[in-house]
Amino acid sequence: MRLAAHSYRTLAAIRGPLIFVDQVFAARIGEQVSILAPDGRRFSGEVLKIDRQQVLLQVYGETAGLSLDQTCITFEDSVKRVPVSLDCLGRIYSGSFEPIDDRPEVVAEHWPAVSGAPMNPLARHYPRELIETGLSAIDGLNTLVKGQKLPIFSCAGLPAGQLVARILQHARAPGGGPFVVVFAALGLTHNEYEFFRATLADLETQFVAIINLANEAAVERLLAPRCALTVAEYLAFVHGYDVLVVVADMLNYCDALREVATAREELPGRRGYPGYLYSDLASLYERAGRLRDRPGSVTMLPLLTMPDDDITHPVPDLTGYITEGQLVLSRELHQRGIFPPIDVLPSLSRLMQHGIGTGRTRADHRQLADRLYRTYAKGRELRRLAAVVGQEGLLEEDRRLLRLAERIEQEYIHQGSDRRSITATLDLIGKLLQVSRESTG
Amino acid sequence: MKGRIRSITGATVSVELPGLQLNERVLVGENQLAGEVVRLETDHAVVQVFEDTLGLAMHEPVSASRSALAVQLGPGLLGRVFDGLQRSLADLQAQAGPWIDKGLRASGLSVQRDWVLTPLKQPGELLAAGEPFGSLAEGHLCHLVSSPVAGRIARLSAGRFRLDQPVGALTDGTPLLAWHPWPVRQPRPCRRKLTPTQPLVTGQRCLDFLFPLLKGGVAIVPGGFGTGKTVLEQAIAKFADVDVVVYVGCGERGNEMAGLLSEFAELEDAAGRPLMERTILVANTSNMPVVARESSIFTALSMAEYYRDMGLDVLFLADSISRWAEALREISASLEELPGEEGYPTYLASRLAGFIERAGVVETLAGTPGSLSMVLAVSPPGADFSEPVTQACLRVAGAFYLLDTALAQRRHFPAINWAQSFSLYDEPALEYFTQTVHPRWAELRQHCRQLLLEEEALRDVAEVVGKEGLQDRDRLLMQCSEQIRRDFLCQNSFTEDAFCPPSRTATLIEEQLNFYRTGLQRLQDGEPLETILKGPADATGSA
Repeated sequence: MRLAAHSYRTLAAIRGPLIFVDQVFAARIGEQVSILAPDGRRFSGEVLKIDRQQVLLQVYGETAGLSLDQTCITFEDSVKRVPVSLDCLGRIYSGSFEPIDDRPEVVAEHWPAVSGAPMNPLARHYPRELIETGLSAIDGLNTLVKGQKLPIFSCAGLPAGQLVARILQHARAPGGGPFVVVFAALGLTHNEYEFFRATLADLETQFVAIINLANEAAVERLLAPRCALTVAEYLAFVHGYDVLVVVADMLNYCDALREVATAREELPGRRGYPGYLYSDLASLYERAGRLRDRPGSVTMLPLLTMPDDDITHPVPDLTGYITEGQLVLSRELHQRGIFPPIDVLPSLSRLMQHGIGTGRTRADHRQLADRLYRTYAKGRELRRLAAVVGQEGLLEEDRRLLRLAERIEQEYIHQGSDRRSITATLDLIGKLLQVSRESTG
Repeated sequence: MKGRIRSITGATVSVELPGLQLNERVLVGENQLAGEVVRLETDHAVVQVFEDTLGLAMHEPVSASRSALAVQLGPGLLGRVFDGLQRSLADLQAQAGPWIDKGLRASGLSVQRDWVLTPLKQPGELLAAGEPFGSLAEGHLCHLVSSPVAGRIARLSAGRFRLDQPVGALTDGTPLLAWHPWPVRQPRPCRRKLTPTQPLVTGQRCLDFLFPLLKGGVAIVPGGFGTGKTVLEQAIAKFADVDVVVYVGCGERGNEMAGLLSEFAELEDAAGRPLMERTILVANTSNMPVVARESSIFTALSMAEYYRDMGLDVLFLADSISRWAEALREISASLEELPGEEGYPTYLASRLAGFIERAGVVETLAGTPGSLSMVLAVSPPGADFSEPVTQACLRVAGAFYLLDTALAQRRHFPAINWAQSFSLYDEPALEYFTQTVHPRWAELRQHCRQLLLEEEALRDVAEVVGKEGLQDRDRLLMQCSEQIRRDFLCQNSFTEDAFCPPSRTATLIEEQLNFYRTGLQRLQDGEPLETILKGPADATGSA
């Protein structure tokens, strides 16, 4: 512990979002610094690297306008912490956790470090209860479970924002238990910002929002999801809420990480992303979970736009290796006017089978979901075949399956702005399968 | 000896502390984080720190330990869960609660437990290094106690003891302990290596029947995400016919480890004993420090070798070796080494070969045979098998179980691709199964493979002309082979079908192939295909 904060004006270099400071005599990794620009602006930064007396800082703000001799840097002898309390509910913050809703700073109950610590695998409670998103394509076939991390893989031009908004509005803990959504938006355009402000204003669910805009410092995007998860952990494990953390869009996070890595002149890996992208993403996603000895859960639903619709791009690829399944959006469904355009065939929730069935959803859930999946998969295969040989080349039985696949898309996957409870979803599956059985009989 | 921190970048810390040795374990900073010396220069040493360096400050103290990174080997390892540094996770939880804080310390062995020693040597006898001098019961296993030091025994006491007490002494005054430290990066010695001959029954039909593994053999399981690597690894860990299982969750999901833990705690092995009694788990989840991920494989391997040296059959499973290789890459990058292919260090292949070669059947120092088998999951980026880690593994592994994304999407599990997977252990395994399980094992296997290959070729034709355009005998073949795929190769790991003994495997496939054979005969006799396809029940009835 240092007796006083100390300041330096010995800047050696400024390189993009990085600052090098010389002749520093005390600094720690991850230490917060405050930077006073020549024009009086003040923003924060963090120590990335220490090399003897030289310290490398990452700046959470625009470095434009800084100069080597007129900038003052103060070391604060503490890693990044955020003030949290129950008053955070309903508040909107910037990426570095400053309130941006014109209301005063909350009185902190805790000051947790944003970096978090790894959960002891022995202390984890295996995820077993669902979170109802109100969307049939998710609840029925790719059920989201408390403590799970399930990303949405989207493509440019799809209504991913609307889907996120729908989930924010409709998600509930089963049985109406204490539930909060924490929404972290990274790199929002102005239009998107307006849209989400309006969504949040009408939200019935309790929320905490952290918003970084497209024209704000990219580096702040590295901080925003960590702040979101820190608040989420506090609400979940101190106050017993079931917390759903929605982060959009993780591609912007990864690009910010790449920007800092290249500014540090690190050796680039695939597509220029740093070699530690996997570990870094894991340090976020692995914070989802439940604990054995207390109530509450942190569930993550990150949105990720796949560049060039390519699921083997390093970002979706590494994400898929960390998360417990994926929800994949389809351009084709969207073009046919289906909302949410979730393609259930490549989508998968790995934890689903432990979160459904007797006592959780309904005894016949697994059976219904399997049958619907098989029927739809077969219908889709036939659609491909029909494109080659024409409808006339198919057997009557096959034509019936084709029609059923169409109905599944139009009536089950498509639901516009309605919310469906899990029971309604399961009843609907039963109805669709019933129709199919009758017309066979 | 104390020194000071000079520079910090991520987990790489350079320190000013003269007299350090390469690979020596050091304690870094006020919190005494564990680290390992990886490079020595004239005026400083480079240390890789096994814990998160966040908050570490310049000029903090560093102290040397005079010993290499080591694990503690002794009775009581079975049934426990460790992190990559062999710290017991239960002890960490008792100390710090549900999160793993920095600078915690916990020992691999427990001194709380009582053991009963039966001496195997008398005072006055010579004791060779690694030779067992006593035995004790660890669960149902006979645990042989040995010492890495040689000498003449002065005294050795039978009966109840705890691990912090010596059980005897050598004539030169060296106390004999029932445990010893072992440097993880050093393979444990054996008299000689033997050729593997005995099959390792996994209970997975597709593996036992088509691509058998031997005790002492090495299999790699590469597959993209969602292809079921973890489920397959865990199924093998549960049912394989070995004495001890060491499972490393290397850089994988925390929830998966939690699931594995709660499941293993409830399950029993084939002999009806709690599964955990034969299992050691090493968990380094993907958000735990990267450097400890690299070492976790070696920590686990040393414990596996320790049980092998008692003449036991040990199975080592790692999920996934790609995360280990990536940790190696991260460490290499932070040391600013010149990268090789895809950024991996150029020593990736030799490092990998070095550790895979620690598998095998050996004659132990006590003169008994023991085996160490490995099943290693590989996670190739973008499911592209030409990447360096898969290729480096292929050079040294004896069996290759390729998990196919297309099969997984069709919900065919385990998604083992039967055309591209292989096992170099065919011959001894076939011989064994033919002699002990089913006289026609080898023949059935040949038929089954042929049928599957022919189906592959027919499917291409059917894509063009449609199923209706095929000849009747070809349609019969496609139908039969689909049944084999669905009822024989698919195996649900979450039902009672999860374990299938070889005898049942043989019966099942024989039924399927018989149906095909009699079907062909009936076609020739002029029966229409539709009646034949009505079901195997009819067919066996008329056959």
